[in-house]
Amino acid sequence: MKVVNNKAHSVDGLGILKGRAAYTDDLADKNSLIVKALRSPHAYARIKSIDDKLAKELPGVEMVLTYKDFPRIPFTRAGQGYPEPSPYDKFVLDEYVRYVGDEVVAVAAIDNETCEKALSLIKVEYEILEPVLDFENAVDNKIIIHPEPEIHDMFPIGFEPKRNIAASYKMHVGDVEKTISECDYVVNETFYTQAQAHVMMEPHTVNARMDYQERLVIYSATQTPFHMRRIISSALEIPITKIRFIKPRVGGGFGGKQAIHGEMLVAWVTWKTGKPAKMVFTRKEVFESSYSRHPMRMDVTLGADKSGKLKAIDFKCLSDTGAYGEHALTVFMVVGSKVLPLYNKVETVRFHGDIVYTNKTPAGAFRGYGAIQGNFALESAVDILCHKMGIDPIEFRQKNMMKENETSPIFAIMGEGTEGTAMDMETCKLEECVQRGMELIGWKDKYPRVESNNKIKSVGMAIAMQGSGIPYIDMGSATIKLNDQGFYNLLIGATDIGQGSDTILAQIAAEVLMTTIDKVIVYSSDTDLTPFDCGAYASSTTYVSGNAVFKAAMNMKNAIIKEAARVLETQEADVEFDGKILTSSNGKTVSLEDLSNQLFYSNEQKQLSVTSSYVGHKSPPPFMAGFVEIDIDKETGEVDIVDYVSVVDCGTTINPLLAEGQVNGAIVQGLGMAMFEDVKYSSNGKMISNSLINYKIPTRVDIKKLTTEFVDSYETSGPFGAKSVGEIGIDTPPAALANAVYNALGIRINALPITPEKILLSLKEKENK
Amino acid sequence: MLVTKYLRPESLSDAYKVLTEEKKSLIIAGGAWIKLSIKKIDTLISIDNLNLNQIEITKDSLEIGSMVTLRELEINKEVNELYDGILARAIHKIMGINIRNIATIGGSIMGKFPFSDIIPALLVMDTKLIFYKQGEITLEEYLETPKMEKDILLKVIIKKEKGVGFFKKVAKTPLDFSIINIAISKCNNKFKVCLGSTPYLAKLAINTMEYLNKHSKISEEIINSAIKIMIQEIKFNKNVRSSKEYKEELAKVYLKRGLKKVIAHVG
Amino acid sequence: MLVNLIVNNQNKVFSCEPGDFLLDTLRENNYLSVRRGCDTTNCGVCTVLFDGKPVPSCSLLTVKAEGHHITTVEGIQKEAEKIGKYFGDEGADQCGYCNPSLALTVYAMKKELKNPTDEEIKEYLVGNLCRCTGYIAQERAIKKYLGDKS
Repeated sequence: MKVVNNKAHSVDGLGILKGRAAYTDDLADKNSLIVKALRSPHAYARIKSIDDKLAKELPGVEMVLTYKDFPRIPFTRAGQGYPEPSPYDKFVLDEYVRYVGDEVVAVAAIDNETCEKALSLIKVEYEILEPVLDFENAVDNKIIIHPEPEIHDMFPIGFEPKRNIAASYKMHVGDVEKTISECDYVVNETFYTQAQAHVMMEPHTVNARMDYQERLVIYSATQTPFHMRRIISSALEIPITKIRFIKPRVGGGFGGKQAIHGEMLVAWVTWKTGKPAKMVFTRKEVFESSYSRHPMRMDVTLGADKSGKLKAIDFKCLSDTGAYGEHALTVFMVVGSKVLPLYNKVETVRFHGDIVYTNKTPAGAFRGYGAIQGNFALESAVDILCHKMGIDPIEFRQKNMMKENETSPIFAIMGEGTEGTAMDMETCKLEECVQRGMELIGWKDKYPRVESNNKIKSVGMAIAMQGSGIPYIDMGSATIKLNDQGFYNLLIGATDIGQGSDTILAQIAAEVLMTTIDKVIVYSSDTDLTPFDCGAYASSTTYVSGNAVFKAAMNMKNAIIKEAARVLETQEADVEFDGKILTSSNGKTVSLEDLSNQLFYSNEQKQLSVTSSYVGHKSPPPFMAGFVEIDIDKETGEVDIVDYVSVVDCGTTINPLLAEGQVNGAIVQGLGMAMFEDVKYSSNGKMISNSLINYKIPTRVDIKKLTTEFVDSYETSGPFGAKSVGEIGIDTPPAALANAVYNALGIRINALPITPEKILLSLKEKENK
Repeated sequence: MLVTKYLRPESLSDAYKVLTEEKKSLIIAGGAWIKLSIKKIDTLISIDNLNLNQIEITKDSLEIGSMVTLRELEINKEVNELYDGILARAIHKIMGINIRNIATIGGSIMGKFPFSDIIPALLVMDTKLIFYKQGEITLEEYLETPKMEKDILLKVIIKKEKGVGFFKKVAKTPLDFSIINIAISKCNNKFKVCLGSTPYLAKLAINTMEYLNKHSKISEEIINSAIKIMIQEIKFNKNVRSSKEYKEELAKVYLKRGLKKVIAHVG
Repeated sequence: MLVNLIVNNQNKVFSCEPGDFLLDTLRENNYLSVRRGCDTTNCGVCTVLFDGKPVPSCSLLTVKAEGHHITTVEGIQKEAEKIGKYFGDEGADQCGYCNPSLALTVYAMKKELKNPTDEEIKEYLVGNLCRCTGYIAQERAIKKYLGDKS
């Protein structure tokens, strides 16, 4: 392979670094009305009255919008395929506000100052209601967060709003209680994971204008432009033919830009006024009024026999979806479906629980959703079981974990929001990942700990798996056009949000067409111009969209050969193509450049253009082993991450550098969640960590070393053997760190984040016993 | 931010006049925190061009203009030598270089920020402030005066001593405020200990210092007693960064380590 | 009020309010490489050079820059090109939102520090957050750029 599996530069990196206008707000109309929202100061309240007279009278104010101005149509902002497995429990604006930061009123005005002044002139009278803030007390609470009659689900997801349940789920294989009662060793542990904020560097932003065909053109920093178009159309009753969504460069998403943010308000303002409008979230709004990761409580019971065979897993989970139910069920199911199959040799397994509403910032999609929570619980519990049994945790994993060509019944039972798809692990190099990881971290010399004075060095590890798109649901497509002088346009719906999908998709096309990446001009994510793609989520782009590009490029190659056969006066089978020259056995040749020029200008002129689509029939999981080495100060609990070793099986790396970047970036986000990232609320439901002053993400000083390798692996169903790599990296750090802390000090932290404070106070507690 | 007027007086006397005559007026130093501290002000008074951005080295002291930036102090040779460079080291740990290029020593002191890493370092040295109207006042006295009349800080004067020092900031990440910080100095056989971010404004641990200074030789036992005294006299409390208990544990450990370090250094 | 700035070595007169911050003034005047990240000086995305030194433009009043040199990445295109190529070589580009400001800070560091150690590089750049890359590839690229004497 010449282009694939090579370290190509990203197609947009240089221009962006040089400061070219690229992002959504760079492209906003200079005359845009500024749209801002007045947000609820209360965790739960009913709006009794809104006095917006003074605001409306203020010169420069174009519109003041309240819930009375919008059609009462429930929808979900989740940004998923249709019909969504999320409850339709949101209105653009509502009479009730359900968390601190929920929108109450929107103002559109000629500039920032006028808009802010107008907001300050609006008087809202609230009937303050008692909120539900503790997710463990949400079910059947006397306070009901969603009493409104219009809300509904699209198909059964266990939606019971009268009980504060957004969704629920249960599955089992065999009689898990019976198996556990027969086990020699049983551990039963409870784990908690916290809300984490995405902190993509570009805040949510959207702008809109009417074009000369009287159509609404929306530029949005989104991961799902096609879903946005559909949802905006139905919720605002704007004909879908009148809407064009364009996704410019996006400054990071991590799942946070899968859902709708300011799009509804801005679209409405422009549609109603005919004037350009824009909304840029403040960082405070990004924290308080977008989404964060679902906090969870997980009760895990594992049973094993004396020989070290894991026989049963019982996994009960409670998930907190906050005020609205975006991704409630899908995230929940992934806790099971992308974690439990790691130990596929169990005889029985059960997974069940509820996703509940609370009066907090809604939870939504976030890289590794469900998997990072489930992985922390299961991979911590496995170590706990091993220590109880006196078995080496790596040997235990080697014995019990998924291996190549094996399967798990869970794949068929659990999908994301629906039933799953049975599949065998055609590629699973977990054994190699574990083996190589042990070597790279120096496991034998460092496990469990090396002590010196106040510092203890220790290591810990965890294994993980993900998926590659959602089978039979996620679809990607690609159009390739041939231009004169023999270069191509690659038009894709796939959504580059910084992860480099434009680059790797161009690499796939260039490889098939035997050309160089500079001859494949990529344009992505414009609902008028590019074919459909579900968007950037579920680790689907490389595998699903990549397969679509692969198919399109093959079809383009065949189309070129067909035209060449005509020109060379031979059969298609007789034409050889090397990317530049088309040769027939009769000795005649034509260059692609000449052929393409003829097709435009001189000989049976036509535009060669092909479109291909792909929908997965399986979701081959990438696998990895993550190893952390820490130095821990036993007097203060302070932890230094000395190295994080990731050995990953993601099939072929289409671009090894960008794949490394995906893993490293995810590891650091996972470490942030493991160590200190924490969305915190006051006792009355106000977010305390609503700025980067109070919410911290890892800095470069915290990250001393990352060692990332890929094992040889080739997934035949993937483009050039590739599986996904976008999310897998985030899963292991919490459990690996928890296990390393245990190996260092003999204390077990079951609630994230694992802060120095928790470590020290647990240690003191242990010493005092 | 809503600012009605921004004035650039040409002399200190003009600046002082505006400051005292206009009710809602404020001196702006570096302005690094202004956005977070105030939403609305009538008059901002710039002292950018009043020659307050010099570091003068005299025989006995460092005279630091109030508009000297934190970054300038951090890389100044003399600052790096004074008491093992505790001030430079405290500054070095403050957020990113970009903010240290605008934040000034004057703004950092006048703000009386409880999270300040600079104030503990300054307090364990011999630090005086020179104000336009009120003249000289010790840093300690300034910090203890709850509401001083409006004035302009001109200089910060640190006495040059052959002292040794220790500074430690404990924080979640280098860009965070301290969970706690601690500065210790030893000069002419006298110890000074200051705890900051407790989460209250930094304060010298006077009783701890007195106790330590009674002893000519500091044994492990004396350190342990000093720790007990420090915990008694310094008020700790929880904040968003940690519990009270954890702050106390950190203070104990780093008082011990710091004392050992400065003692070993002198020896 | 009117403010005189020297942006990328060109004298400019901008109209602004006394309470305006440099970030907004620059963006209003089409210096679009300067972008908003956190609003509170914690992320480094809005960094510009003020008389050659990195500062957070989100928190610097425009009036305070009167008469000073402001450099955005538009003003160091040749160096940005070099830095960008090393970034490409090392796979250090992801979303790129923070890259113009990081490039400016790296450029300032190269002028300010002679042969910095790895630790000094990390500490100089610690105020430039990145949520995408995990930093490692960036630092490989930055070290190559620092070693580039061309």
